[in-house]
Amino acid sequence: MATAKSSTQLVINGLLNENPIFRLALSMCPAVGISTTVMNGLLLGVAVLFVQVCSSCTIALIKNFIHPRIRIPTYTLTIATWVTVIDLVLSAYAPVAYKAMGIFVKLIVAFAIITMRLEVFACKNTIGKSFFDGFGMGLGFLFGMVTLGFVRELLGLGTLLGHDVLGFRPLLFFALPLAGFFCVGFMMALYNYIEIVFNRTKKKIG
Amino acid sequence: MGGMNHNKFPAFGIALLAILLLTAGCEPQSRFVKKTAFKGSHDIIITFAAPVDAAWATDTAHYRVYEKPDPDIRLEVASSSLSKNGHEVRLHFQEELNQDQPHMVTVKNIMSGGKSLGTTVVKVKKLYLSFLFSILIGAMLIQNFVFTKYLGLCVFFGTSQKKSTAVGMGITFTIVMVFSAMMSWALYQFVLKPYHLDYLQIIVFIGLVSLSVQAVDTVLRKVNPLLFKAFGVYLVLVIANCIIMAVPLILADNEYNAWESLMLSLGAGLGFLVALFLMSSVRERLELANVPRTYRGLPIAFVVAGLFALAFLGFSGMSIF
Repeated sequence: MATAKSSTQLVINGLLNENPIFRLALSMCPAVGISTTVMNGLLLGVAVLFVQVCSSCTIALIKNFIHPRIRIPTYTLTIATWVTVIDLVLSAYAPVAYKAMGIFVKLIVAFAIITMRLEVFACKNTIGKSFFDGFGMGLGFLFGMVTLGFVRELLGLGTLLGHDVLGFRPLLFFALPLAGFFCVGFMMALYNYIEIVFNRTKKKIG
Repeated sequence: MGGMNHNKFPAFGIALLAILLLTAGCEPQSRFVKKTAFKGSHDIIITFAAPVDAAWATDTAHYRVYEKPDPDIRLEVASSSLSKNGHEVRLHFQEELNQDQPHMVTVKNIMSGGKSLGTTVVKVKKLYLSFLFSILIGAMLIQNFVFTKYLGLCVFFGTSQKKSTAVGMGITFTIVMVFSAMMSWALYQFVLKPYHLDYLQIIVFIGLVSLSVQAVDTVLRKVNPLLFKAFGVYLVLVIANCIIMAVPLILADNEYNAWESLMLSLGAGLGFLVALFLMSSVRERLELANVPRTYRGLPIAFVVAGLFALAFLGFSGMSIF
């Protein structure tokens, strides 16, 4: 029972408290460059989720055999292997989306968030816990990407997942790739604001 | 120690330039076609080694022109004319030529002095040195990796708080960038591609990046401990930067040669340095500004970066030469 609770906590932690995009401010490049539509955000989010979960499990599995001095290269190579897998799979089964995401799928290998989770969590915990931690982090990233994609697609093109929702384009500016900078900035500020309000109410109750 | 190092750089630069000029001069062409060049926005000039027959030269059916990346799209030659001495053929096109791409011209059945000299394919491209320069400036400003390709943001926001940190990071990054990009270029061209191991790209490149960071670390520690003290801390951060992975991948995709690769990696490094310097200048002033509490720190930095990106958008579509 205790493990079940902590695993939900791990997932929630990745989604909110330590959201990789808005709180930890890691892996910003795709958040700015790719999140122009919900679909793009979703696909890259799923790719990262996959790589994160797989490499977390792999490292948790072999953590006892890794010499501490070569742990970082081991992490990098593990991630690179899984990224190659997802890269080949995506290019075979979703060639159109793969082309839209361009170089970013291959660049998952350099995303700081994955290495950081391996270093901070997976190399010290059991495979089950690492799975949920990786899942939470990946889900947090996916959530961030989809939220950004939602806001940008709705405001920029007036569509959602390609379907016309609003019938007009409120602010075409948000469809530009560079509007990602503004979007991420606003979302971070929103997260900060929620935290401030949350702490204030907690203080009042306490 | 420092003075000695400074003396070496100009000599090295001159040697580099000399090699560059040599390679630029040695472009392989057909034996009979001496020179090809773009002239104005609509014309291509082909210079032959000997006078060619006027009747042959003015028939546009003898030329087939396409841009190197798309061989299927044939460019229509509107008219062709021969210069007075019979050496130069000027091909005129209806449409404006995209001079950023090399053009391939098939010259059929060259007739000179009444006898046929066979068919040949020649490449027309901009002067090589200016092409290299345009790659450098392109990677640095027009397609700045930070502001127009949105790469390397984690390190960008992490190290742009102070000017001194920003410059240190930028310089370290440029050095490692050039070093690792050249290594991965060589490995890709001479090992991965001939043996059809393209799918190992990611693993090989990331391994090489870590290796070259380690190598620069070791060499710098021994050769110049003072410099190492100043820049050593940034070396670890280099690995976490997407740009260092992106450049080898772009090089592999575009099939650049050694000089083009050097220029692109140098441009990427310098572009990162420029972006860091600009950003840190603004962020130093932001420290003193009265920013709303929710926007303090990263959120306002993102908005500033967005404004910079808007400014850099002004460079887009610009072509040098």
